[in-house]
Amino acid sequence: MDYFLELFLGGLTRGSIYALIALGYTMVYGIIELINFAHGEIYMIGAFTALIVISVLTLMGMNGIAMLVIAGVVAVMYSSAYGYTVEKIAYKPLRNAPRLSALISAIGMSLFLQNYVLLAQTSDFLPFPNLIPDFEFMEPYAHIIGSTEIVILITTAIVMILLTILIKFTRIGKAMRATSQDKTMAMLVGINVNRVISVTFIVGSATAAIGGVLIASHVGMINFYVGFIAGIKAFVAAVLGGIGSVPGAVLGSFVLGWTESFATGYVSSDYEDVFAFLFLVLILIFRPAGILGRSEKNKV
Amino acid sequence: MLKLKNVQTFYGNIQALKSVTIEIAEGEIVTLIGANGAGKTTTLMAVCGVVPPRSGEISFMGDPITGMEPDKIVSLGICQVPEGRRIFPYLSVAENLDMGAFLRNDKMEIKKDIEYVFDLFPILAERRHQAGGTLSGGEQQMLAISRALMAKPRLLLLDEPSLGLAPLIIKKIFEIIGKINAENNTTIFLVEQNANLALKVAARGYVIENGRITLTDSSKNLLANEEVKKAYLGL
Repeated sequence: MDYFLELFLGGLTRGSIYALIALGYTMVYGIIELINFAHGEIYMIGAFTALIVISVLTLMGMNGIAMLVIAGVVAVMYSSAYGYTVEKIAYKPLRNAPRLSALISAIGMSLFLQNYVLLAQTSDFLPFPNLIPDFEFMEPYAHIIGSTEIVILITTAIVMILLTILIKFTRIGKAMRATSQDKTMAMLVGINVNRVISVTFIVGSATAAIGGVLIASHVGMINFYVGFIAGIKAFVAAVLGGIGSVPGAVLGSFVLGWTESFATGYVSSDYEDVFAFLFLVLILIFRPAGILGRSEKNKV
Repeated sequence: MLKLKNVQTFYGNIQALKSVTIEIAEGEIVTLIGANGAGKTTTLMAVCGVVPPRSGEISFMGDPITGMEPDKIVSLGICQVPEGRRIFPYLSVAENLDMGAFLRNDKMEIKKDIEYVFDLFPILAERRHQAGGTLSGGEQQMLAISRALMAKPRLLLLDEPSLGLAPLIIKKIFEIIGKINAENNTTIFLVEQNANLALKVAARGYVIENGRITLTDSSKNLLANEEVKKAYLGL
């Protein structure tokens, strides 16, 4: 039973990280119907920014969880700036071009950012310090769930709640929902659609950066390529849940996280990806729009 | 109030409007009639800034609005009920009305205006929690008009409000259009394929053919015009 619980919580942790990244994919797709392939790189840049900030702060004699928080905040700002700029440079000029052009532009941006970090930093794996101390009260359960995992779960939960409030109750959230349903009509009721798109990229990049910092601190090392792998997985999670749907992305991420965790735990870690993608294929056969994806409801 | 002077627009390399000159005074109901693809919808989209003109000038209340962003144009008091209604399908009726008032901050007044449109169309009050996409065509048209009214427009642009609706509902909607104009002194620019109907509610009309305004006159004269009769009234 302990083993099952460990795998369950492990899957939940993985799922949380996927969810933080998948939100960016699904929100951007919901608004401009573009798969933002450079999104994984934004996550990677978040992790690198945090590493640099942590190195500087360590030299200044700081330590512990306060440092992680500061690094996280800087990473969020940095990644958001990258996300905003990528949209302005690579996608906005192609707003009215065929969809394939924007997609190619996204792939180009992804490769550009990877190689840019590769040249600016290094191709080697860099150690990322684990800054979250072991919690004493967790001692009896330490074999089931670690303190880093708890921090990941709690942070993800907070981000989800804030995001739900943003989308459901704020003015910009309403504008986002309207824009995702009908862009032209959103303009006609006076919504500044360009601003909505920018905000979407900023919010998506911010959550991805939080994910990047957390997972780097959990795994303990990063390189320029981590964004690609995590990005692909999160993209799969978003499609699994129904791309364009925010709750769908979260659910898809947890489903993917559990699939991988249980496959690793009960079969073999070699089969982790096999099961994950098999599951994707099965779900798409029976629900092509994803678990929570919706079919056209609009009357003509 | 609204002036278009030699407006030309393009979709890529294809020219949609070749020369459109229209003038509308405050408080008027003016109609623009023409066949499919003549440029009626494009004219309205040009006014709203969604399809910005490549040449020509558009002005509103004497100030140029050519090339302005759509949201700025809406904030001046120009509102459109677009072709095909474009209801936000996953937002409820109440939320759709809310979106219409997106640029307004006066909560109390918004509440009053919601009561006003529920008064105009009682069926919307009944369906206020239903998703917009589940309404019937007629109900959606009522919602689209109500949503535009929520912005307190000074100029209301209507694009084919009769499209695909049953005669009884069309009659009701045209009654309301007249009422909106009479009660609030809202200027109305009505685009219609159903020329007979449009010329009855409007005082003046323009005829558009292949992106060019070819004729303008009072509705009475247009209804009597032999060419208009043949081409648009089916007589």
